[in-house]
Amino acid sequence: MKIEKNKKYLLSKENISSLVQILQKQKFKTIAPVVKDETILYDEIQSIDELPIGMTDVHKAGSYSLKKRKDKALFGYNVGPQSCKKFLFPPKLTLLQTKKIDGKVTVIKSSDPVEKLALIGIKPCELSAILVQDKIFIEGDYVDSYYKQQRDNLFIVTTNCTETAYSCFCDSMKTGPEATKGFDLAVTELIDGKNHRFVIKTGSAAGVKVLSNIEGIALAPDDALALEEAKISSAKNKMGRSISTENLKELLLDNLNHPYWAEIQERCVSCGNCTMVCPTCFCSDILDETSLSGEDSKRTRLWDSCFSKDYSYIHGGVVRASIKSRYRQWLTHKFASWVDQFDTFGCVGCGRCIVWCPVGIDVTEEINAIEQDVEKMKPVEVEA
Amino acid sequence: MMLQSNNTAIKTELTNEPFVPVMYEIKRIQRETEDTFTIDLILPDKKKTNFRFKPGQFNSMFVHGCGEVPISISGNPIKNEKIVHTIRVVGTVTRAIRRLKVGEYIGIRGPFGSHWPVEKAVDKNVIIIAGGIGLAPIRPAVYHILEHREKYKDLSILYGARTPDDIIFKKELESIRGRFDIDLHVTVDRADNKWMGNVGVVPTLAKRITSDPSNSIAFVCGPEIMMRYSAVALQQYGMSLQDIYISLERNMKCGIGLCGHCQYTGKFICKDGPVYSYETVKDLLKTREI
Ligand SMILES: Cc1cc2nc3c(=O)[nH]c(=O)nc-3n(C[C@H](O)[C@H](O)[C@H](O)COP(=O)(O)OP(=O)(O)OC[C@H]3O[C@@H](n4cnc5c(N)ncnc54)[C@H](O)[C@@H]3O)c2cc1C
Ligand code: SF4
Ligand code: SF4
Ligand code: FES
Repeated sequence: MKIEKNKKYLLSKENISSLVQILQKQKFKTIAPVVKDETILYDEIQSIDELPIGMTDVHKAGSYSLKKRKDKALFGYNVGPQSCKKFLFPPKLTLLQTKKIDGKVTVIKSSDPVEKLALIGIKPCELSAILVQDKIFIEGDYVDSYYKQQRDNLFIVTTNCTETAYSCFCDSMKTGPEATKGFDLAVTELIDGKNHRFVIKTGSAAGVKVLSNIEGIALAPDDALALEEAKISSAKNKMGRSISTENLKELLLDNLNHPYWAEIQERCVSCGNCTMVCPTCFCSDILDETSLSGEDSKRTRLWDSCFSKDYSYIHGGVVRASIKSRYRQWLTHKFASWVDQFDTFGCVGCGRCIVWCPVGIDVTEEINAIEQDVEKMKPVEVEA
Repeated sequence: MMLQSNNTAIKTELTNEPFVPVMYEIKRIQRETEDTFTIDLILPDKKKTNFRFKPGQFNSMFVHGCGEVPISISGNPIKNEKIVHTIRVVGTVTRAIRRLKVGEYIGIRGPFGSHWPVEKAVDKNVIIIAGGIGLAPIRPAVYHILEHREKYKDLSILYGARTPDDIIFKKELESIRGRFDIDLHVTVDRADNKWMGNVGVVPTLAKRITSDPSNSIAFVCGPEIMMRYSAVALQQYGMSLQDIYISLERNMKCGIGLCGHCQYTGKFICKDGPVYSYETVKDLLKTREI
């Protein structure tokens, strides 16, 4: 059968297995979620047997644990502490090396290599986060060449969500539970009693090519499509959290001096976890290192966080000295200033910052609290 | 953590070009004050640099083994055979730059950022207000105006330094003082017994301006508090905030909108700034810890 773009096909579990093999034959390193250190992390897999089969993750504000599922789902997890950000925007990257001899400095053209990576089983919010970071690193005036090269060597198999966790709010951010763009292939896993099937949608020429290598597949039948739709809409209706994004930017930027920021300061310990787990946060710092002789020097880019004091240091003092101002920077960046900068929110609703906050601060609750408070303070319109 | 895998690794020539500086050779270092110096850079092969920039833009200056800092270009934008910076020593990298000798190398990435709107100032009176090292980022605008003097109306320069010893570009200021087409006022916060000039903070000099405020444009550079008081003084004198331009300073690591450090709500000071019209940032300037 001739495989076409933007069409949906029906796959068996064996077909998914061959998909992984095909990608490996095409020299892709196949990366997928795996169970490791009692969490679900991304790692290289050789076969689908290494996926978190029959496992899921349970989220709460400030807590995360794994649980056995009743079925043998391959993609029945939500999101772990790691995001795909690390593949394109590594936590540590050599930017350049220099050599100094007799005062003369030369740039050594060495670099960390990029590789052909296939990301398998990433959730729509993860995919959306990549699209958000594309805007920063490759769609602006200056192109981060490492990101670009790695991005050009990426193959994405996303899995639509049919279940959600306590901390999920992708529906509010319009990033899920179904992936609508940016993927090579999008899979929806359907388990119906003993019937274990997958609907797969082609999203790119590369996706078509890969799928064309699988023998004997057919278009997804109506009953599978109906089940897919039902499952995705049930996920949509069961979002753990929600916020209203309408006028959110204005709400936050008009309330930079709202007393509520000080209230959050009572709880926030400024650990920066929320920025480290966030799939869209892009801040970085630079570390300079020299050999003992002083001849060789290396510049390394490291992830940074707006929660650190040094982040805003300028000669004479730290600009954002209070925790209140740092939390405000973080939240207003994600949900307001980002829109001015990149024409999108800086949040994809993955819920990681809620789960990995040691004191359980929940962005959605904070936003809703500010909104309600501002609403209360609004002058009541009196009829003339 | 980098993934290493022998079959999938793709060789790349250079990781991240926007982060790679061009190496320049130090041609001259000139002492301005106790803690401030001016440094001229040329290309190592002694070719003319032909480095183009607009007044108010900055470069990222990289010192091997030490770090990189944003420094405004303080030279003449028309005579671009060398790149000139004026630097005040305040910490690690600026100290390391001062320790370098003529013939040694410095890496440059740039020019970055917005500029003083010298185009908009044509046919207007130009008022320049600078405090301390703030005269350095504004000097290219002065050069530009002097090169095209006939295009501009009155030029007033108000400059304030902490003490007479902290005045930078002394010789140039003296030569300007003799020119009939520039109205120069210098003040110091604290005088010594040789000082015969004004004493007091620079915004107080705004009283001395005699040009028509409705046809004026102001470029203001210095500590944030000084720029705020200057804006107030200029408003009292009759100018509107739209015609007052200031240059903001924030921590900067990349200069190109990628590291996040210089954010000012929706703005990246390295890209949309550092020069802004006062009108566009007036509310933010009033908000603490932005
Ligand atoms: C757009 C712009 C133009 C500037 N132009 C000039 C100029 O013409 N002449 C001049 O002397 N200085 C200028 N500065 C200030 C200069 O960048 C700082 O003095 C310098 O970064 C201090 O670095 P340091 O390592 O010596 O100090 P440290 O105190 O050791 O600083 C440590 C690090 O903090 C950061 N940092 C500290 N202070 C500043 C600061 N004020 N701005 C940005 N990052 C900072 C830097 O990354 C620095 O490496 C400018 C700053 C900006 C943002
Ligand atoms: S802000 Fe929180 S919920 Fe939003 S993308 Fe980042 S980690 Fe996920
Ligand atoms: S400023 Fe803070 S919230 Fe924004 S990208 Fe950087 S670390 Fe994330
Ligand atoms: S200095 Fe890096 S974003 Fe502006």
